[in-house]
Parts: sequence; C-alpha cells; structure tokens
Amino acid sequence: MVDVTPADAVPPAEVGEVELYHPHSWWTKYVFSQDAKVIAVQYSATATAIGLVALVLSWLMRLQLGFPGTFDFITPQAYYQFITVHGMIMVIYLLTALFLGGFGNYLIPLMVGARDMVFPYVNMLSYWVYLLAVLVLVSSFFAPGGPTGAGWTLYPPQAIMSGTPGGQDWGIILMLSSLILFIIGFTMGGLNYVVTVLQGRTRGMTLMRLPLTVWGIFTATVMALLAFPALFVACVMMLLDRLLGTSFFMPALVEMGEQSQHNGGSPILFQHLFWFFGHPEVYIVALPAFGIVSDLISTHARKNIFGYRMMVWAIIAIGALSFVVWAHHMYVSGMNPYFGFFFATTTLIIAVPTAIKVYNWVLTLWRGDIHLTIPMLFALAFIVTFINGGLTGLFLGNVVVDVPLSDTMFVVAHFHMVMGVAPILVIFGAIYHWYPKVTGRMLDETLGRFHFWVTFLGAYLIFFPMHYLGLMGVPRRYAELTDMNIMTESAHHLNSFISIMAFIVGFAQMVFLFNLIWSIRHGREAGGNPWRATTLEWQTPQTPPAHGNFGKELPIVYRWAYDYSVPGAKEDFIPQNVPGSFGLGPSREPA
Amino acid sequence: MAETTHTGQLNRPEGLRGIAADWASDQRAFKNVSWGKAMMWIFLLSDTFIFGCFLLSYMTARMSTRVPWPNPSEVFALRIGGSEIPLILIAIMTFVLISSSGTMAMAVNFGYRRDRRKTAILMLLTAALGATFVGMQAFEWTKLITEGVRPWGNPWGAAQFGSCFFMITGFHGTHVTIGVIFLIILARKVWRGDFDIGRPGFFTSRRGRYENVEIMGLYWHFVDLVWVFIFAFFYLW
Repeated sequence: MVDVTPADAVPPAEVGEVELYHPHSWWTKYVFSQDAKVIAVQYSATATAIGLVALVLSWLMRLQLGFPGTFDFITPQAYYQFITVHGMIMVIYLLTALFLGGFGNYLIPLMVGARDMVFPYVNMLSYWVYLLAVLVLVSSFFAPGGPTGAGWTLYPPQAIMSGTPGGQDWGIILMLSSLILFIIGFTMGGLNYVVTVLQGRTRGMTLMRLPLTVWGIFTATVMALLAFPALFVACVMMLLDRLLGTSFFMPALVEMGEQSQHNGGSPILFQHLFWFFGHPEVYIVALPAFGIVSDLISTHARKNIFGYRMMVWAIIAIGALSFVVWAHHMYVSGMNPYFGFFFATTTLIIAVPTAIKVYNWVLTLWRGDIHLTIPMLFALAFIVTFINGGLTGLFLGNVVVDVPLSDTMFVVAHFHMVMGVAPILVIFGAIYHWYPKVTGRMLDETLGRFHFWVTFLGAYLIFFPMHYLGLMGVPRRYAELTDMNIMTESAHHLNSFISIMAFIVGFAQMVFLFNLIWSIRHGREAGGNPWRATTLEWQTPQTPPAHGNFGKELPIVYRWAYDYSVPGAKEDFIPQNVPGSFGLGPSREPA
Repeated sequence: MAETTHTGQLNRPEGLRGIAADWASDQRAFKNVSWGKAMMWIFLLSDTFIFGCFLLSYMTARMSTRVPWPNPSEVFALRIGGSEIPLILIAIMTFVLISSSGTMAMAVNFGYRRDRRKTAILMLLTAALGATFVGMQAFEWTKLITEGVRPWGNPWGAAQFGSCFFMITGFHGTHVTIGVIFLIILARKVWRGDFDIGRPGFFTSRRGRYENVEIMGLYWHFVDLVWVFIFAFFYLW
C-alpha cells in the first residue's frame, strides 16, 4: 500500500453544491446583493463613514481639552454628547461591524473555500438592519435635545435623568433603539459566519487547517452571539425604565428637588449586564485582530506561524475566559469586595494565553525573511502597541492599583491603546493586505508609508502622555480642567500637545481615505496573488473574485495555510490547494 | 488542477487529540446536520442567553427588594364556582403549550413520511394551540391590569413584580406569536406541496425541504421549554 499522509488524502464531498441567488438587475447585484463580498464592502463603507463621524467628534473633544475656554460652542453638555457617541460608534458601529461584518463577510467564505455564506438572504438583511441602526443613531443628532450624553457605558440612573443631555429627550431612546437594532442585525450575520465556518468548508479544509484569521473571526462571532444578549436585555430594560416608568435600574431618588417616580431598582444590575457584554466585546474586537495579524506576519515574514495549534487553543481560551472577568470594570461600583478578588484573578489568568500569542508572533518573526511591506509594518506596530496596552492592563486589573487610577486619564490611555489603536492598526494592515483582492489594484505605497508612520508614531504621542496625565491624577470625563490644582502648567501644555497630535493623526487618515478612493482606478495592477500568499482567497480564478468565488470547481485543500519557505519547494510558498508533498522537505503542518 | 484522490488509512491521532481532530474534521463539524438546523441551534443558544439574562435580572430584583413581593398563587388565582383556585389559568396555559409541543413533534414525523395532509393539519393545530396560549396570556394581562397592576406599580407590593411580569411574559408571548405566524406560513407551504416539487422560496429563492418542519419544531420546543422555566421561576417561586 502506498504510504499516504493525511495531507494527501481527500475525503469525498459531504455537502451538495449551494444554490446561489443570481442577480437579475443592477439593484440586486450592487445594492440588495446577496453576495457576501458585496455585503462586506457595504458593511465596511458604512462603518468607515460612521467612523469618520466619531473621528470628528474626537477632534471636537480634543479642541475643548487642549484649548479650554476657546471654543464657545462646545458646552459641557455637548462635550458629554461627543464622548458618548464617539465611544459607542468606535466600539460597536465601527470596530465590531468592520471586523465581523466587513472582514468576516469578505474573508470567511473565501478562506474556507465556500461559494458564499450559508444563508445569503439573511446575510443581506443583516446589513440593512445594521444600516438602519446606524441611521437611527445618526438621527439622534437631529432630534430635540441632541444625542445622549450619558457616557458610552450609559450608566443609570444618570442616563435617563434630566440633568444628562438626551436623558429626558430623544437621545437615550434613539441610542437604545439603535443598539437593539444593531444586535438584531448582527445576530443574523453572526449566525451565518458561525455556520459557514462550522458546516460549509470545502473538501480537505479541517478546522485545524483554517487560517488564523478565520479562527479569530469565528471565535469572536460565537462570543458576540453569547454576549450581545446581555446588552440587548439591558437596553430593553432601560428603555422600559425610561418610557414606561418601571424601576429595573432606577432607585428612589430626588431630582431637582422632587422625588422621582422610580423606586427600588438596582443600578449595579445594569453594570453587571453591561459588562457581561462589555468585556467580551473587548475580545470580540481583539480576537479577529489577533487572527489577522498572525496571517499578516506569517505571509510577510515568509515563514509558517509558530505553534499553530497553541495559537488556536489560545484564541479559544481567551474567548472562554473573557466571560468570567467582566466585573473588573466595576471595582469602584460598590459591589462586594470579595468579587474583586475573584475577578482580578481571572483577569490576570487571561495574560497566559495572550502571552502565548505574543511569544508565538515574535517567534514567527525570528529568522524569517521579513518583508517590511505596509501590512507588515502595521502588524509589527500592532504587536508593540498590544504589549503596551497589555502591560497597563496589569495595573488596572489589580484592585488596589485600579481604585486610585480608575477615574483618571490613565484608563482612557489604556483602553485607547489596547482597544482603539491596536485593533485599528490591524484594520489598516488588513486593508492594505486585502485591498488588492477586493479591487484588483494595489494601494499607493508612498502614501501608505506616510499614513503608517504618522498614525503609528502619532498614536504614541497622543496616548503615552495621557498615561502620565492619569498618574498625575487628571480625571477623565471632565469637560473643563482649567481650575484644578492638579493641572499644573506643564499638564496644560501636554494637553494642548495631545490635541495637536490628534489633528495630525486625523489628517493622515484623510490621506488614507484619498488613497483608498484614488487607487480603485489608478493603483498598480495587483494580479491574483500579489503577496504570494497560501490561503484560498488568493487562489481564485478571477480578481476580484466573481459571484460564487471559485469558478466551476470548488478548490480542494491539501495542506495548512502556512506552507511558506518549505525546503525543496520551487517557490517560497505552497498554496493550500496544491496537492502532494512528494519531493519536498517536511511541511511543518502539525499532524 | 488535476484532482488526486488517495484512498487509504488515515493517520488518526488518539486520546484527547483524537477528540479534537474529530471535531475539527473536514468540511463539517457536526456530521449529518444541515445548515438550517445548525443555524437554528446556534440561534437558540443565543436566545437562551437573552431569556437567561431576563430571568436573572428578575431574580435579582425579587431577591434584593425590601418591599414584600406579591404572592403569585394569590395574584394568579381565579374564582371558579365560588372558590379561589390558585394558578389554575397558568396550569391550563402550560398544559396547552406542552400539548402543542406534542402535536409539533407529530407534524415533524408525518413530514418525514411526506404525508402532506397530516403534517399541515398538525402544524395548524400546533399554531391554534399556540394562539390559544397567547389568547389566555392576553386574558391574564387584562385581568391583572383591571386589578391595578402596572409596569410601574401594583397594589400588593414591589413595583418590580409588574415590570418583570409584563416584560418576561411579553417577550415570551412575542416568541410564541412569531412561532404561530411561521407555523401558518410553513403549513401553507406543506399543504401546497412546495417541498415535494422543490418550489423556490419567495425571498431566498432556495428550495425548501421537509426538514424545515423539524427546524420549525426546534424553535417551538425551545419556546415551550422557556415557558417551563418562566413557570417555575415566576409563578411557583
């Protein structure tokens, strides 16, 4: 009998061909499209557009903080509205939607070798409900009283009281409705992503041959399907508190000299529900970033990912652990102090799988044939930034250190570093990496390098000083810092410096946007596989891939996604759909 | 690309690695589970978390309130023939809903036997029982509202009693109502023979199969099961 390695044996097809919906008109092809790739572009464009709103809001906040008293139109109320909407957009409508709706839709079917998502119609609905959620959110700017200014965590009781902007107006109602819509829309898409990964893979594509990008997006989606319900319930209950006068979250209190109608609710219950969603949310954003960065590093260092299996298990472990750490956001909420002990422990345990991932990235780079392409630069920047954010996480994860730091700029700096800058660096890297597949053309290199260096260095110049301000005791969420005695002269200068850097980094994003649009027509022709990568999305017969992704025959997968620089091979990469290991040196695919 | 198919003994790992390898195996993690069924199961898992959060919030409210909680067996009693019978309406509702699970299960069975008539009739019967349940729920709501129970307060104690009652039973009732609507749509498709002739769906242009009846059944049994928990935690506690 011939010695057959598992890499060569191809199992028979288990699933019949999918019936695809074939568009008949321009409308069903580009607007109400059921093609995951079109939906991905729609998701990404919408997320970017609303992200620009959030970027402008952050500028307005920085104007106020950097140059207090100069801009009359930024009242304290407006400042709180900017904070709230900026945070909500960035975390939910930009990062979650872009990673899962954008990259998930584009990459999952292509990378697992499927023609489309399993239920394209539901997938399409997912986008339109998301768009509706975004529109409802935007509409709050035009509603009487403006958007809610409750802070992005929307803590009751203040969120629905008259002292908070939008609390007794439309703002909070539109915010909560928009979140509920977002969750409904996301669920429709998320079910698709999960089932496609679990049940819709091509022949030979075992879960342990999936590119780590898919693992990251998949695990994040599973987490989102289990975490968003808590936010959904919290939103429904707060909406009832606000509209029907129930008292789920509202205790008895005196407002403007009058006893409120509420009685006996628990604000801490909201915090538990919110953070049961909120902490997994951090990893819903981080895990796709982890996955994408693994693939970027492996491809651009021409080397197999180090410790693939451990990378997969680390993703799963992080996903599971992130459900038992939520109350580390609530050390100062007045909950039972023993909880703090438990949640600090679980929080620090997450450092173990995370450290495994960081070590494995570094070991992947070790003696690799590193190409400092733009995606690679962003990937490297991510690793550094993520380590930074992780280290300040150690401060905030411990109760005794967290308590004095908790309401300072240190927290702002920490989570912007770990949840803002780090994933967005990956998003940029991923866009530079996959743009050639989406459009058929490369993004401009010079503009890209400019964008990278300004964004990377600029982000550090913004957020490093912020840690220092936090350690000085500068509080967060304050619209006006002028007359505080902790605000020394140098602290004011630092604040102005941070603001100026924020504008410069923002400007670099405009250059990036210009690059995105300009290169659609004028970029260098990319060809099918410009990065000489192994994964299936680069092996499509057309670029950009046509409806149905893979032409007549679905590809068959013979190897893992990381056969780079295999000794004896003609080229320094072997695509996943190339059969045979004969004559080659040993692949490093784990058996 | 030439397709090379090798047959032969695969190297299969043993122990824990073998378990992981089986789950991670080629093409499908759950063998012989269709896409629709897998999707419904995962949706139900997500929905479980929603109901779980609702019930946990209710329990938190009930345990932490310093005002007495109204006694469910008095609140939900009906005066029949001159005597107060506690929870009688809820008992009937529960019986109706659980019976509907039985008719649903029979519909699934007849669906796989391709007995269009019986399948459709049993599905309509299930829908009728579901509608009866929602109707009795509406009666219950009306009764409580006339007695002065409001989402923001009630005559007997903690305001959260009304809030939780209307929210949780309302959310469950919505689930039942959606189920009834889809049962009717699906019964029509079965009756018309859509699954025999492979008629493409109006929106999705996908051909349905008799398995859709079973997937509908999964949802229906889930809604039923959730009611059991609501019954236990809200009415019997």
